[in-house]
Amino acid sequence: MHFGIVTFPGSNCDYDSYHVVKHVLGHEASFLWHKEQSLEGIDCVILPGGFSYGDYLRCGAIARFSPIMEQVKAFADRGGYVIGICNGFQVLTEAGMLPGALLQNRGLKFICEDATLLVSNGHSPWTHQCPETIVAPIAHMDGCYYADKDTLGRLEERGQVAFRYATADGQESPEANPNGSLNNIAGITNEAGNVLGMMPHPERNAEAVLGDSSGAWVFRSVVQSFLEGASA
Amino acid sequence: MKIRVHITPRKGVLDPQGQAVSGGLKSLGFSAAGDVRVGKVVDIELTDVADEAAAIAMGRAMAEKLLANDIVEDFDVHVLP
Repeated sequence: MHFGIVTFPGSNCDYDSYHVVKHVLGHEASFLWHKEQSLEGIDCVILPGGFSYGDYLRCGAIARFSPIMEQVKAFADRGGYVIGICNGFQVLTEAGMLPGALLQNRGLKFICEDATLLVSNGHSPWTHQCPETIVAPIAHMDGCYYADKDTLGRLEERGQVAFRYATADGQESPEANPNGSLNNIAGITNEAGNVLGMMPHPERNAEAVLGDSSGAWVFRSVVQSFLEGASA
Repeated sequence: MKIRVHITPRKGVLDPQGQAVSGGLKSLGFSAAGDVRVGKVVDIELTDVADEAAAIAMGRAMAEKLLANDIVEDFDVHVLP
């Protein structure tokens, strides 16, 4: 499987993602400069964390106009797997590829800590291999997920909530919600399930030296989904 | 011609910055301070626009496409003197 990691000016988790898919999981990986116009040969696109374009105006607002984003959209429309992590999630909402928006954290502080995530929909291409909970660090200022009532209702109805913030023992709870996200949402998919956006960083907990390595299950899940799709 | 685009958090959208400012104003003795919304101002110099109506139409198009996120923000556009 070949992962393509998009580098925007200001991306800073591109190497972490590259390391995980290439060296930890043993797949092919390439960096894609944001001005590239082709995704040929790529099976999964990663929009990494960071501060694309300095977070100017709104997080992700400028990056969505990068030349490669047209290709990423078309790729997702064809069913290609796309994951946006942290700033990548913000880019996906700004681009209209995922519903809703990410607002400034309720507490007005940048938060950097481990988060326990309850897998809310264990049937998505990104979660079907995950245990009931995974641990992934968060590091963000604008991670408060917001969508209007109707959109939120549709997300819940269609099982598009992939992850919710939970206590260490795996109970979903408002106290474990670090940033004020509606419905404790930490990550969502599009309706088809092939596009995932999440504020926590699964790539930062994908090997034992960094924690319980449970973040790797997100990547393992999509690899499995891809291989099953390829053989079907 | 110069236009000013005002961007504010949409009604009903949590504005923690506004809440913090409201609390700050109250603690400074401005007990009249109620709900506060903190937004942004973008001033844009336009060249080659026919008239004020065209300038405002262009400002609105800019806001819709880039300057504001209509899921969480409202905007209005004025021509500056």
